Amino acid sequence: MSRLAASYVDAGEAMLVERASRGDNTAFGELVRRHMRSAYFAALGLVGSPDDALDLSQDAFARALKHASKLDPGRPFYPWYYAILRRLCFNFLRDRKNRQRLLDESGAWLAEDLAADGLGEHPDARLRREDARRIVGRALSRLPEGQREVLVLREFEDMKYREIAELLEIPVGTVMSRLYAARRALADALEES
Amino acid sequence: MNDERTDAMDERSELLMRALDGELDAVERAAFETRLADDPDLREEWRRLSRAREATMGMKLRHPPEQVWDGYWTSVYSRTERGLGWILVSLGVIVVGGWAVWTWIGGLLADTSLPLVVRLGMIAMFTGVVILAISVVRHRINVLRTDPYKDIQR
Repeated sequence: MSRLAASYVDAGEAMLVERASRGDNTAFGELVRRHMRSAYFAALGLVGSPDDALDLSQDAFARALKHASKLDPGRPFYPWYYAILRRLCFNFLRDRKNRQRLLDESGAWLAEDLAADGLGEHPDARLRREDARRIVGRALSRLPEGQREVLVLREFEDMKYREIAELLEIPVGTVMSRLYAARRALADALEES
Repeated sequence: MNDERTDAMDERSELLMRALDGELDAVERAAFETRLADDPDLREEWRRLSRAREATMGMKLRHPPEQVWDGYWTSVYSRTERGLGWILVSLGVIVVGGWAVWTWIGGLLADTSLPLVVRLGMIAMFTGVVILAISVVRHRINVLRTDPYKDIQR
């Protein structure tokens, strides 16, 4: 079960949300601990810089805490928080100076999956994979925000189409069309290399 | 590329996405294989998209050092406190600073021992210094926020 789906059925989380909405900072802190990793990686996928991802994900939690009285105990915490986080990230990306800097660093936020590493891999193969990482990083950083977001949630957060649609509050068809456009752009970048 | 323009999804693209993500059942998969064998354009697009999928499958988002998580919540909490602190400090500076400047300007204008042009010159000079100071501070803050080399120790 995915983290998002799990949070829907987690009665413990509903209690934490209820307490947090009444101003219980300890409960809010527990919610932060539960979701901080997802939040950080979601921000990293969107802005592509570890320092900025940490800063933005914490800033989003701080804003969420300020508006905790608006939390609905009947609904999961993460999608509510994610709406704040993505708005912050998109505003951050719209700053031209930030965007240029992130483009310059494209790919540095991606790592090779060690599970996919072959032992005793030939150096040429390793170089090819490092090249691919750079190309993928650059292509991702140039995607429109909506496409990049969907691709990151699908590929790196391993979310299903339905889960992405629920998180972003868009139809499943839109998720698939954005994913298709993003993968085509990625395929074009790989073909051109 | 505009998101709205790409939101119209045709059956072929949907099939390709579901096949790539392993969401076809056995019957759909068999029908897809047949279509692939019969349609060279589809086969070519499948090859390109599979290559893109393989490239991302071999990657993951870079993990931060584990100690980042230890101080995460404390940092979030201190941000909310800091926010309140900054609001109060800013409010205080505006009120006290405004009052001090108002009093100083009032006293200066009332001081007839100095020629009017000198008094106006002093006010202009003070205003200029304040504008320059604000501009320098704002620039420094912007540089600190965006400087990619800020963490490098010399």
